Amino acid sequence: MTEQGVGASLLRKEDDRFLRGRGQYVADIRLAGMKDVAFVRSPLAHAKVRAITASKAIRDQVVLPIDLKDVKPIVAVSGLQGFKASEQPILAHEKVRQVGELLAMCVADTRAAAEDIAAQVDVDLEELPAVHDMLKARQPGSALLHEHWGDNVFLETFVDVNFAAALDAPIKVTREISTARQSMAPMEGRGTVAYWDNRMEHLVLYTGSQMPHIVRNGLAECLGLDQLQIRIVSPDVGGGFGYKGILLPEDVCLGWYAMRCGHPVRWMEDRREHLTAGANCREHHYRITGYADRDGRLRGIDCEATVDSGAYSSYPFSACLEAAQVASILPGPYDFPSYRCRTWSVATNKCPILPYRGVARTGVCTAMEWIVDAIARECSLEPHEVRRRNLVRPEQMPFDNITKKHFDSGDYPEALDRAIKAIDLPALRARQNKGEPDGRLIGVGHSIYCEQGAHGTSVYAGWGIPMVPGHEQATARMTPDGGLELRIGAHSHGQSMETTMPQIAHEILGIETSKIKLVHGDTEYTPYSTGSWGSRCAVMSGGAVATASRELAGLIKQIGAHLLQTDIGKVELSRGRVHGPTGAVTIEEVARTWYRRPQDLPAGVDPRGLEVTIGYKPQRDSGTFSYAAHAVVVAVDPEMGDIEILDYVIVEDGGKLINPMVVDGQIYGGLAQGIGTALYEEMNFDSSGQPLASTFADYLLPGPTEVPTPRLDHMETLAPYTEFGVKGIGEGGAIAPPAAIGNAVNDALRRFGVELLRSPITPRRVLEAIHGARHRQPSEALQGEVA
Amino acid sequence: MKPVNFDYARPKDIPGVIALISDEARSVKMMAGGQSLGPMLNMRLVQPDLVVDITGIPELKTVDDQPDRIVVGACVTHADFEDLRVPDVTCGALPSVANGIAYRAVRNRGTVGGSLTHADPSADWISILSTIGASVTVAGPSGTRTISVEDYMLGALEADLRPGEILVSVSIPKLGRNARWGYYKSCRKTGEFAHAIGAFLHDPERGVSRAVIGATESKPVVVPAAQAIIGDGRGSNPAKAFDASAVDRILSASGMHDQIDRQTHVVALRRAFQRAYSA
Repeated sequence: MTEQGVGASLLRKEDDRFLRGRGQYVADIRLAGMKDVAFVRSPLAHAKVRAITASKAIRDQVVLPIDLKDVKPIVAVSGLQGFKASEQPILAHEKVRQVGELLAMCVADTRAAAEDIAAQVDVDLEELPAVHDMLKARQPGSALLHEHWGDNVFLETFVDVNFAAALDAPIKVTREISTARQSMAPMEGRGTVAYWDNRMEHLVLYTGSQMPHIVRNGLAECLGLDQLQIRIVSPDVGGGFGYKGILLPEDVCLGWYAMRCGHPVRWMEDRREHLTAGANCREHHYRITGYADRDGRLRGIDCEATVDSGAYSSYPFSACLEAAQVASILPGPYDFPSYRCRTWSVATNKCPILPYRGVARTGVCTAMEWIVDAIARECSLEPHEVRRRNLVRPEQMPFDNITKKHFDSGDYPEALDRAIKAIDLPALRARQNKGEPDGRLIGVGHSIYCEQGAHGTSVYAGWGIPMVPGHEQATARMTPDGGLELRIGAHSHGQSMETTMPQIAHEILGIETSKIKLVHGDTEYTPYSTGSWGSRCAVMSGGAVATASRELAGLIKQIGAHLLQTDIGKVELSRGRVHGPTGAVTIEEVARTWYRRPQDLPAGVDPRGLEVTIGYKPQRDSGTFSYAAHAVVVAVDPEMGDIEILDYVIVEDGGKLINPMVVDGQIYGGLAQGIGTALYEEMNFDSSGQPLASTFADYLLPGPTEVPTPRLDHMETLAPYTEFGVKGIGEGGAIAPPAAIGNAVNDALRRFGVELLRSPITPRRVLEAIHGARHRQPSEALQGEVA
Repeated sequence: MKPVNFDYARPKDIPGVIALISDEARSVKMMAGGQSLGPMLNMRLVQPDLVVDITGIPELKTVDDQPDRIVVGACVTHADFEDLRVPDVTCGALPSVANGIAYRAVRNRGTVGGSLTHADPSADWISILSTIGASVTVAGPSGTRTISVEDYMLGALEADLRPGEILVSVSIPKLGRNARWGYYKSCRKTGEFAHAIGAFLHDPERGVSRAVIGATESKPVVVPAAQAIIGDGRGSNPAKAFDASAVDRILSASGMHDQIDRQTHVVALRRAFQRAYSA
């Protein structure tokens, strides 16, 4: 490791502008003549559209559904058998299927004036019964969102692996577990600036996007444009988390308008739009049964999982990514012989469910880890003992699990052991027995998961969604003064790739990271990529940068050897110089020679010069498997229901860490979001499908005082199939906290004989559980002792 | 989320305000710190013709120190209390409570008069000033009148302001040297509005024993002679005297029907009481 290479905790290059408030987000873009947009949105969750009309006075500032008759709806089909496609209209014209669905677009000099016009558009809707409960939505007789389907199910899947063999297990524990619908709530919402560039003859769309190339695919299809006619620019992005991968009807509408109006237009999503109409995620329901022997050894898992997918299949991930993944990843890091799982992706009158950091894994980890704790209670064992008995062992690696996931490497029991040791379980058990002076109840909980990251073609071809990742490409090119420009098609918005990609190039070429620049976020300048998602960038973009850097090293050495009057086989590249038997030449000199003194080049010089674009795939593209064990101590106030996190330990294995400081940052951020899922965030709807939180007064996010500083411990088991042994870890921090915190709360409440099995675990839910326990068993519940 | 067009005025004196807000032909909103009105304007929950900014009136920012009280202008901010620019005459109660209001950015701009007039049941000032026994003075076309803080609040988001009236000052009594107070609020997270507030004051020199339960659906519940339910503060463990079931009955009688709500409010008051005697 060098001070700047792979493994160095280099300070982030991008922080210079971010910490000075000089980031450039969509809202910072000012273009001459730019006008603002406000949308007319459906106030109803489910209704027939009778008429959307605008008076003559405002008609030329309003785009109505009829204006878009040549624009195609957004369609995201999955190739999985039985998937029913939905058509998400750009502006709704026959039916509305969610509150906030677009009905008309209004354009004016300012957003306030556009909102004034929006208030004057006449909306005539005929309300229909709303489908707001995903379990009821599956029952016969439910109102239907997409009538021609005949039901409300996007997709049903079923898997059975030798399930019957588990049925004679002595321990059988069934639980109903659910996770609330959430809003992703990045600091920056969505936003788009669009204009038509007459010189380049293309539509330019500035939009905060994790995957600009995929947005271009979808936009071209909806607008009927050639891809040459679209340029997507994704500037600085204030948090993506999945929401900023999605092609929105708003983008299409602005694009269509910008091609006709002769001036730039801008839409900035406000927080009410974000909360009520945009970024929903996470709503899962599980009916899960664990079968085990009395020593806690798992015999099998049986599960029915339902995901509330909302009204439409969103582009590009589709409406089934979440639920169908549940079936394949529910077994988690465990090895057991029998498995059955049925899943439903259900359509309801809510905004589409989108993949949020951790995607299905947060729900799955919660369901699995809560059932493991329930089994431990049933067996009168410490939960970590049950986990250890069932985890895939290091000597089994690489391991193909019951759903044929290929766990590439790792020592799961070691991670668990370190977490249990760090949290000091015996001391906590003693403290529980003693009781707290303030009357609060202490609980300790933990959870463990493994996370597939950077999964590629072989995984996604089967899903058949509009986006299948192949080779990831990178461009590496020298400037005439010896600088290095790296271009990748993914986007960095918190992943710190403006720092880590130069670290990788430095590792191979020895060029100072201060002289390496990452170019990303622009379809005009970067190679095609499916973008930033699935914890893939360190592995895929990093692998591509490494491959391109090696290729470039060969080209540098060829010219360098000529300048040193020796053979390429006799030179080596290190510390930014080409070294030969009798001397050395700097990379700067090599660059100057290629670009500015071509007369000094050898006759047969490689005409590629000092510029390379090349693709990369890991040796096996079934994904890397990072993993982590979380352990947490909570104090529960049994009178108020408040929960305080007293201690939090995370032991994680991300393989080789390109920049450990950056990884720590990813984990901190993920933990904050996981705490939100566990304790605060909840997007509720009433029975007419109205969202009940439209401001942050009603939708609670954890803040600095709610997120403790975790104690982190890193293991470093190299991934066998990737450059440097890197594993994807970007999402992991958000996966395990609800499971661990829930287990800790239930541990604290053991004396009441209750389990909270719905997230978020709010004070009211805690108090209701305690009250319920007192009603069920008045004497026992109050006299029970902590084990 | 942008406001409708509105006219804006920033008068220099109180008669100027009264003239503007008495105009019945227009819908008028007064703005002090704007911490509640700002979001309501942006969400178009209010669409006034005219916003009258009252922060340009010097006398609304003054503090008048009198022998038995201080009189604080309506536009004095939460941060003014927190930072002791308003002299503390409450044995630390008001600076301490001010310090716990929302976030510093809100406290820098939010005002005591604005909070009382906005009349959010979950806000802190209404509960603690009711406990202390403060009163407000309002001025209008027909002169001024003075009302106790708890009577000024009529209900959720409703203050006793008649057409053309403005709250000009809050009168805060000076507590005795041996006064003891306690305040407890339950919030989901730091800076959020409270779900339950308990406040208690025992001021033997002035013969005051008051308990207040706030963050209810409406006005706070004020118990003027609190000795009956929480004892007189004497003895080695005065907190033991707390009669939870009596408080529970008071809350039931006030219309709080949810058992869990009653529990959290009873506990908030008990903890306020414990804090009063634990320092």
